[in-house]
Amino acid sequence: MIRLEPRQEYSWLMAVAAPVVAAVVALALAAIPLLVAGAPLGKSYAAMFGGALGSQFALAETLTRTTPLILTGLAVAVAFRARLWNIGAEGQLYAGALAAVVLGSGAIDAPSWILVPTLLLAGATAGALLMAIPTALKLRFSVDEVVTSLLLNFVVLLFVSMMLEGPLKDPMSLGWPQSESIVDAGTLPALIARTRVHAGLIIALAMAVIMQVIMSRTVWGFEIRAVGSNPSAARFAGMSTTTVMLRVGLVSGALAGLAGVGEVAGLKGYLTHDLSPGFGYSGIVVAMLAGLHPLGVVASAFFVAAVFVGADSMSRAVGVPSYIANLTVAVALLAVLVGGVLTRYRIRLQKPGARIV
Amino acid sequence: MSELFDMLTAAAFWAAAIRIATPLIFGTLGELICERAGVLNLGIEGIFTAGAMSGWMTVYFGGDLWLGVLVAALVGAGFGLLHAILTVPLGLSQHVTGLGITLLATSASYFTYRIAFPNVSSPPRIEPFQPISIPGLSDIPFIGPALFQQTPLTYFAVLLVVMVAYVMARTPLGLAIRASGENPAAVDAQGLSVYGLRIGAVMAGSALMAIGGAFLTLSAFNAFFFEMIAGRGWICIALVVFASWMPGKALLGALLFGAFDALQVRLQQTVGGAIPYQIFLMLPYLLSILALVMMSRRAAYPNALMIPFIKGQRS
Repeated sequence: MIRLEPRQEYSWLMAVAAPVVAAVVALALAAIPLLVAGAPLGKSYAAMFGGALGSQFALAETLTRTTPLILTGLAVAVAFRARLWNIGAEGQLYAGALAAVVLGSGAIDAPSWILVPTLLLAGATAGALLMAIPTALKLRFSVDEVVTSLLLNFVVLLFVSMMLEGPLKDPMSLGWPQSESIVDAGTLPALIARTRVHAGLIIALAMAVIMQVIMSRTVWGFEIRAVGSNPSAARFAGMSTTTVMLRVGLVSGALAGLAGVGEVAGLKGYLTHDLSPGFGYSGIVVAMLAGLHPLGVVASAFFVAAVFVGADSMSRAVGVPSYIANLTVAVALLAVLVGGVLTRYRIRLQKPGARIV
Repeated sequence: MSELFDMLTAAAFWAAAIRIATPLIFGTLGELICERAGVLNLGIEGIFTAGAMSGWMTVYFGGDLWLGVLVAALVGAGFGLLHAILTVPLGLSQHVTGLGITLLATSASYFTYRIAFPNVSSPPRIEPFQPISIPGLSDIPFIGPALFQQTPLTYFAVLLVVMVAYVMARTPLGLAIRASGENPAAVDAQGLSVYGLRIGAVMAGSALMAIGGAFLTLSAFNAFFFEMIAGRGWICIALVVFASWMPGKALLGALLFGAFDALQVRLQQTVGGAIPYQIFLMLPYLLSILALVMMSRRAAYPNALMIPFIKGQRS
């Protein structure tokens, strides 16, 4: 019989070590699918590391990928902290991108210092409003937000596809469903010359710092943590769980919406229905690897981005399907969950029949 | 209006509705069994994908269709076992673990498919299950062509509803499963293993979900596509709430859903010119959300759902 016994003291070091070990375990376990695919292990791992971190270009690509993952990771982290299960970051990202494209592709004629903040605000608002739906349904009708936020992802994607084939379609795109480009004044500037790293990275990093300060230094953050860890105690202490949940839902949706703005205004320039290769879902892994700590999200987003970018070059070098990245990231998620148990509990094997007094 | 009436009274319409409902019946029953035992299984979407892929691949590489169903069920049970180990004895968050299982099962399926078929322009096909007419019954006007000219897995799904309903309501095993979702301490006091019951229920439920996936590739279609599950797993989770955790109502919910989906496909063909097709495709997801909103107020969730059981500890 397996028995979990709470550890007497909770070590700080172990809390930090757990995600690192989980990441290493996940990378090591990637050897199994590599062997199944018949790829040479040494060459594969070398291609992966080289492709993610090996050159200035590789590092720039990884940072480009890190940008949306920080934002969706933060969106998930803040929501999960309050035990609001927002699985809809993918849809909120698209809502943000859609808002940016609607206002940014010629509708507003304004200088950059007005237009860029307008687009960011519009995208954040769109994401927040989208997440307000499952949050409100949870609070008003006690509908499980997991299912509603997930189902809304499909609705939003169909809505985007409808817009791209209808009112937002670029007439010059030769039948390909894509929007018109964001005007120059609305574009986020490049951060490093001759790379795709854009100012969205600065926004994402700033958001991580802001969220860290809010979560650890303000009344709002205290309320969020209180509602997440013990809602009835929070209510007893006079907090309104409804207000806190609604606030968390709006902030979470806004962060995911910003990720969408960054992708269209900083990277792609226009909106297509394959803008995001699942950044919303990867955000869950990012948040969990970070132990839901906003600053930790930056590190785990970089790791997840490196796995994806590295897997792309590995795929080109040794012909392994790039889905190995998704596989590795999924294993990392499960590994960090198990690691979390090991840092909080000792696992005791107990002889069958033995009684605990 | 009369056009709509004609549509709804055509046997072919109801035959299609039942066909669309079949994977949902499997998935809803599977999720229902897990939740009745106290474990939310958000791995469902990924397990659907894994069942669809593994069942199809078994048949493509020369296996019998029924072997494909069996392989899918075993793969599903395997992912179920992983979910159960992580959430039952280790007591990990059922939400996050389930999503992790979905990510794992989905990416493993896509990876395996891509290894087997590195670059195919059109998806390879198999010879799927053919409809079987039930002698005598299939000749009944209207009811015959609507109900009794389906593929074997559809008959199996309906049979399964009866079996699960019977086991859950009338057998000691069913009572023990329900009790471990309502009051695990009482089950433990009876000398039964809560862990054993929960792990078993999650494995059995996951096997059913995977068969639902296999229905798509072995019966409804004849090939495997990426993203072909398209949220069916999440819809099943909504249907479980809609069905108040009752197998009979799950069948009803799945059939209603199937009818509605069949209707939107037909409306798309008749009035589709005026309205973008995406609006019709959104309806199933919006309908699921609506069903949840209507039912959630009086939803009687199993008492111990999502609460890990630790022996000798009050929850």
